[in-house]
Order: sequence, then C-alpha cells, then structure tokens
Amino acid sequence: MALHIICCVKQVPDPETPASQFRVDEAAKKVIPAPGIAPVPSQFDTIGVEAALRIRDALGDVKISVVSMGPDSFRDAIKHCLAMGADDGYLINDPALHEADHWVTAQVLAAAIQKLAPFDLVITGRQAVDWDMGVVGPTLAELLGIPCVTIAKDVKVQDGKVVVERVLLDGFETVEAPLPAVVTVSNELGEPRYPQLRQIMMAARKQVTVWTAADLGLDPAQLQNRVNVEALYIPETKVETEFIEGDTVEEKVDRLLQRLREAKLI
Amino acid sequence: MANDILVFGELTEEGRLAPITFELLGAARRLAPALGGRVLCAILGAGLDGHSQEAIVQGADVVLLADDPALQEYQGDAYVPVLERLVREKGPAVVLLGQTIIGRDLAPRLAARLGTAVAMDSVEVEVQDGRVLVTRPCYGGNARARYSFNTSPVIATLRAKSQEPLERDDSRQGEVERVAVNVDAAGVRTRVLGRVKQKAEGVRLEDARVVVSGGRGLGGPEGFQQLEELAELLGGAVGASRAACDLGWYPVSAQVGLTGKVVTPDLYIAVGISGASQHMAGISQVKNIVAINKDPEANIFKASRWAVVADWKEVLPVLIKKVRELKEAEARR
Repeated sequence: MALHIICCVKQVPDPETPASQFRVDEAAKKVIPAPGIAPVPSQFDTIGVEAALRIRDALGDVKISVVSMGPDSFRDAIKHCLAMGADDGYLINDPALHEADHWVTAQVLAAAIQKLAPFDLVITGRQAVDWDMGVVGPTLAELLGIPCVTIAKDVKVQDGKVVVERVLLDGFETVEAPLPAVVTVSNELGEPRYPQLRQIMMAARKQVTVWTAADLGLDPAQLQNRVNVEALYIPETKVETEFIEGDTVEEKVDRLLQRLREAKLI
Repeated sequence: MANDILVFGELTEEGRLAPITFELLGAARRLAPALGGRVLCAILGAGLDGHSQEAIVQGADVVLLADDPALQEYQGDAYVPVLERLVREKGPAVVLLGQTIIGRDLAPRLAARLGTAVAMDSVEVEVQDGRVLVTRPCYGGNARARYSFNTSPVIATLRAKSQEPLERDDSRQGEVERVAVNVDAAGVRTRVLGRVKQKAEGVRLEDARVVVSGGRGLGGPEGFQQLEELAELLGGAVGASRAACDLGWYPVSAQVGLTGKVVTPDLYIAVGISGASQHMAGISQVKNIVAINKDPEANIFKASRWAVVADWKEVLPVLIKKVRELKEAEARR
C-alpha cells in the first residue's frame, strides 16, 4: 500500500523583506505587509515537502498531502507545494480560526490529519519563519499520540520505520521511530526543489479542498487560545555606527585597527 | 507550590551543569520575589550526585534529582513523562527551560501534556500586576512580542546568554530531594542508532572572545581560509551565516543565527554578511561588531559599531598583514 505523508505548510510575509521595510501595527499587534512584496510559503515547510518528495523519489509509491490553515490567500502556499510535486492540497479556512495561537493551530491540524487517515508520516518545518515558535510540530505528535523527532537534516523510510538524522550542536544523531510519526525538518536538509513551469501550470488546475472547523468536527467556541499577544513592536537598536573613512584600503584598515586597540579589543 | 519556579537543569555532554542552567537559575531567582515562591531545579540524568550543591550555590532552593540510567541521554519519550510528573507534583507557577537542542524538543511536548502553553526562545520573563509576561523575538528578530498566558503553569524557553547568571555564593543553603523515576521502556518509541561529532578544532565558537564570520558575500568557500587565518591571529573562532552553510561553504556546526548558534564574543567581525535578521538573532547581545561589506546599504551596518564599506577581497589581506605585524610587535615587547 502506498505510504501516505502529510506535510503542514504555512504562508508567511517574505522573510527576505528588507528590515527598512518591515513595519508593525502596534495597536493591532500585527505585521503590516510590505507593499509590493508577496507572501511566501514558510521555507522550513517547503523543505518538509522536499523531504517528502525525496522519500517518494526513493520508494516510488508515496502519496503526499499538503495541509494548511489560514485565509484564502494561503492557497498560494499550497499550490506552490503541489507544483513542487505534492498530490493533494487541503486548506482549513474558517474566519473563527484566523486569530488561532499555536495550540489551537495544532488542534485544528491534528483534526485535519486524522480526517486524512490512514497516514504514515507527518512532516512540518522546525518553526514557521514569522512567529519562530517551533511548537506546532511537537504538539501535533502529542495530540496524535505518536513519536516525534525534531530538527531533521535527513529523513528516510525503511522497513516500516522512519530513520532521521537529527541536528545536534556539534554534529548529528541518527534516530529511528516506528510509523506513524511526526518529523520536523531544518534547513540542513537542503534547498527545496523549485517547481518547473509545466508543474506550476498543472498545479494551477488542481483543486484545493477547503474545510471549515465544522467539517473537522470542531466547534471554534471550544478552541480557546492559551496565549495572548499583549504587545508587538520593533526593538530599538542603540548602536552608533562609525563608517571608517580612508582614501585607500590601507588607511581604512589602519583606522579600524586604531579603533579596536583604543577599545582594547585586540 | 503554586508560586514556585521550576528550572530544568540541563547538563553538558561532559556531564556538568550547562551554562544555560546557571542563566535560568539567575532569571528564576530574580523572578522569585515577585511571585513569592522558591526556585526549584530539576535535574534529569544518570550519576547526578555532584550537581546538587552546584545548582544551590547558583541560586536553587530545592534540587530535584531524577537519577536513573534510563535518563543517561536525552530521549523525549523518557524525559517528557518524568518532567511532566514532577511539574504536576510540585505545581510551580512557571517552568523555565533553555532554548537548546533539548529544550526545543522537550518544552512544547511538556506543555501539550500539561494542558498549557509555551513561549519559545524568549529573552525576558517578568511579573506585572500578578501576571507572568514573556517577551520573545519573532519575525526573524525584526520584531518582539510580549505574551500573557491563559493556562498554568507558564512554560518558557530562554535564549542562551539572554540572562545573567548569579555570582556563585558558596554559603547558599538548599534542600536536595531524590525523586523516584519509573521510565516505561515500552513508552520510549524512538531509538538512537548513532551519533556523529563534527567538532571544530581550536576555540569553541560559543566561548570565543573574537569571532570572525563569513557570509554569502565571500562568493565561495575559499574566502573562509582567510577568515581562519585572521581568527587564529586574534585567538578567535570562525562562524558562518546560514546562507554560507546552506551553500556548503562552511560546516553547519559553525552556523551563527536563529537556527544556529548564539554567540557573545567581545568582538565580532562580519565579512560579506548582509545582516539578514535570522543572522542578527545569533549576535543580538554582541556590543562590538565590525562589518566589512561593499554594499553601504547592508543591514549589518545598522548593528555595527564600525563599518568598513569595501570589497572584503581587498581588505582582508591588508587586515591580516597588519594584525600579524601588531601581534609580532607585541610578542617582541
């Protein structure tokens, strides 16, 4: 029987947005999208899809489903993953869930994953590149009652088990877990493949299945956030930068070394 | 008790209490008066006898030792239930862990099992009007968010070096409590098949007083040889941006940034690094940054004390030569 891998993806403001264009609405506690810069799929999540595609490249008979929770615009992130090579896309779009914290997000995604059962592997990014929290993946494992291996640089499926190279501070460890399991992936896995034009056109024609909370048997009134964002702001930087002057490189280096010696740093 | 703070005491690979544990104890100690509770330090591992006194002199009132061969190495499936039971028994208001390889895995799972929430990679914990507030960088360090919690206990992981440890006080007294550990072997579903170390030679990046780092602007792996030369002259270590590591120019173990290492040298020399927020997250505590970049608009300059707008290929050979002359002159004196 085909192996079924479910990848969770999120759409985020482009993290390459220049810091000078990064704005926050402090009253609404939200980031203001930079004009002219389109949101992108969170990169760790597309690396998760890449991990799933590599498993399919190795094993052949693998179905890859992509699940996302968010407004209609998140369709673009799902379509990107379909163009990369995923088979099916599912969007949980419910206005009642748009302010969900990581706990509610995990609850909803867990319900969607259960609706897509049977499944063998759930892959998420190590963290979304907007809130940088890194909580949804491990929480999914707890809610689904299955093993969890975090921060993977390599994911293989062998003999009904997942074998993961997990990044450590100074190296990595190889961890094995029975399926089904949750794995969160890191950038050390490698760049996600870029969709070809033909794949983008094919993905454009694919239907994305849309669900509401009710479709998953959930009552949004029962899904209470566990944290509240009390404030969101851009931290002040208090550095006075001295641009080292000089007509030649020699002069600049001399002046820099003089400054470093004055500050007793070398 | 309901107003205690429980610190997860992490060990180094060599089996000593890790610096992050002392930082967490410092943070907990400063938080304790506002909550009116004690500081508990839970240490999980095997052969822990020497650690209790060390935790006490660094700020713990009570040390909880979960000493069992099954806890020799971190395995989420073994550690999560032990810590869960300890938290349920002791009922603290706040649980603090380090934002480390272990904390990243353990804290979210602990929170899920306890029916509460966690704020990851935090830099500040405070009490205001009786509420615990946790502040953490987000959007790759571009913004900060302050959180309150609807559930208890409040769990937070704290970023390395975001908190000052206390001065060691050898006269401090505390209690030590050994807790029963019953790790259910069948409940440990994961198995470690092996470990590969990629330890860099020389000074450890996290301990280095000088770090010389390179990024995408180096244009290839060759430039790192010059950075190594400069780092060696300065008695420092070499770091790299995520972009340079992802391109395979330098080992991942040298990656500085949000998903790599947090470094706090006295002097950080950034060469060909644009200053993406994800990189800046790894050097946010560094006061003295020198940036060498030919783009005068590079973001790195905003955080730099000294900016050299020039091509690194021209600057580095001169810099290395002059630093060598300085060092040789010092040696002769």
